[in-house]
Amino acid sequence: MLALPCPHCGTRDEAEFQFGGEPAIRPPSAVTDTVWAEYVYMRSNEKGPHRELWCHAGGCGQWFVLTRNTATHAVLP
Amino acid sequence: MSRTPFRTRYSAASLLRQGLAGQTGWGEAWRAPAPRPRYDFVIIGGGGHGLATAYYLAKLHGANRVAVLEKGWIGGGNTGGNTTIVRSNYFFPESAALYDHALRLYEGLSQELNYNIMLSQRGVVTIAHSHHDMELMARSVNAMLINGIDVELLDAEGVHREIKIANRDPHARFPIHGGFVQRRGGIARHDAVAWGYARAADAMGVDIIQNCEVTGFRFDGARVVGVETSRGPIAAGRVGMAVSGHSGVLAAKAGFKLPIQSYALQAMVTEPVKPVLDTVILSGSTGIYCSQSDKGEMVFGAGLDLYPSYAQRGNLPVGQTIIAALLDMFPRFRTLKLLRQWAGIVDVCWDYSPLIGPSPVEGLYLNCGWGTGGFKAIPAGGWLLAHILATGQHHPISAPFDLNRFTTGRLIDEAAGAGIAH
Ligand SMILES: Cc1cc2nc3c(=O)[nH]c(=O)nc-3n(C[C@H](O)[C@H](O)[C@H](O)COP(=O)(O)OP(=O)(O)OC[C@H]3O[C@@H](n4cnc5c(N)ncnc54)[C@H](O)[C@@H]3O)c2cc1C
Ligand SMILES: [Zn+2]
Repeated sequence: MLALPCPHCGTRDEAEFQFGGEPAIRPPSAVTDTVWAEYVYMRSNEKGPHRELWCHAGGCGQWFVLTRNTATHAVLP
Repeated sequence: MSRTPFRTRYSAASLLRQGLAGQTGWGEAWRAPAPRPRYDFVIIGGGGHGLATAYYLAKLHGANRVAVLEKGWIGGGNTGGNTTIVRSNYFFPESAALYDHALRLYEGLSQELNYNIMLSQRGVVTIAHSHHDMELMARSVNAMLINGIDVELLDAEGVHREIKIANRDPHARFPIHGGFVQRRGGIARHDAVAWGYARAADAMGVDIIQNCEVTGFRFDGARVVGVETSRGPIAAGRVGMAVSGHSGVLAAKAGFKLPIQSYALQAMVTEPVKPVLDTVILSGSTGIYCSQSDKGEMVFGAGLDLYPSYAQRGNLPVGQTIIAALLDMFPRFRTLKLLRQWAGIVDVCWDYSPLIGPSPVEGLYLNCGWGTGGFKAIPAGGWLLAHILATGQHHPISAPFDLNRFTTGRLIDEAAGAGIAH
């Protein structure tokens, strides 16, 4: 079971959160299909420390970035 | 199979002989060779897909310098930890061609491998819980029939005829409204699939090397020409990789990313009871699926833990949802004790279809992205990767599953099409 730190509400149970993917910066619209596919679909999918977006969907609605170890589930500072 | 010189052919006579000899004379089923410095084909991952690839390379393409490198023991990944449902009732023609090719190979596999994979075509019944479910299901069933897949639409009574112990309460949270059945679907013995392919591949000279982890790739310019392993470097003509949940980890070592996220998928078994369920059930709405094993256990699971994970365990909230869905369909299972719960790390593509074909790096080929449903596909996944490795070309069945679909936009969206993905 995860306990995740909402920057607004503090540490809450994982059931209140929704995972939102790896953070990425949207490229300008005039790019090649390859660059666009890279942005939309390709993932680092790291085993170990992983930067990821979460939303406190069942709480205050805040989005935040978290680094979490995907091999142990530990939330990293 | 006359070409395959098994050391011992398994038969009723060999069983009887060994029974009389106190089971003391069985030889090893495959060798434990030391890695050679160079192979024509190196396959990374000794799950069902990797072992089947090696088998078909030797059997159909006459390859005789083939190695399978497995970091643990063969079948110790998802192949040995899955709920073993096989079926080919997919929505899109590309998927139907792929998964039915697998099912047809499965149908002849025990004979072909001289190894009982315990294929039990007891049927797979998918449940609809509302009028709206039913309308969508009728559409899917029509698509499947056009794809040439043997499916039949069922009304509520039809479902109850197939599943005698399902909940008849019309006020259930998810009442049974109807469904459809694929009678050629069913289950098979997971370990036997891995071991049967391993034994037959070994008999044709394939080196199966366990406790050998691939830690990196060797390049000549931009081309992969071998692998680094925990047992030293190994040169290779072509490299195939079939490492399921760890596809992203190996892709990173080769310098590219994949349209894949790895998640934990959990499943459970209850204590064994007398036979009560003689088919496989699936529900798209609750995600639940369940079958009864030959030992009598209820084997069941449902959806993914919905955040990336390489931790080999399932979380409690999803576990509770799975059990709640099972009990809604089978209230009498309330009294059963849970024996085991576990999770495997699965490689999920955005469209819930696999990746088969060349990787972005020359010399390295992919068989991954099977996510929650690749056991049923093992014979086809191996057959196709063997074809691609041997010829350097796609087979018509594998071409739509090339990585390039994420650039062209021709996705094969079975998440929407087939509903449930196991
Ligand atoms: C709980 C659960 C239930 C499932 N139920 C079903 C089902 O009912 N029906 C269905 O069709 N599918 C099901 N699946 C999915 C199915 O199990 C997989 O899609 C399938 O087994 C994948 O086979 P594979 O050979 O590709 O991978 P695996 O069997 O996982 O084999 C990959 C192998 O690669 C090895 N490996 C990894 N990294 C390295 C490395 N660096 N070097 C060397 N070796 C490495 C691993 O040790 C592993 O043995 C389920 C999965 C899970 C987890
Ligand atoms: Zn909050």
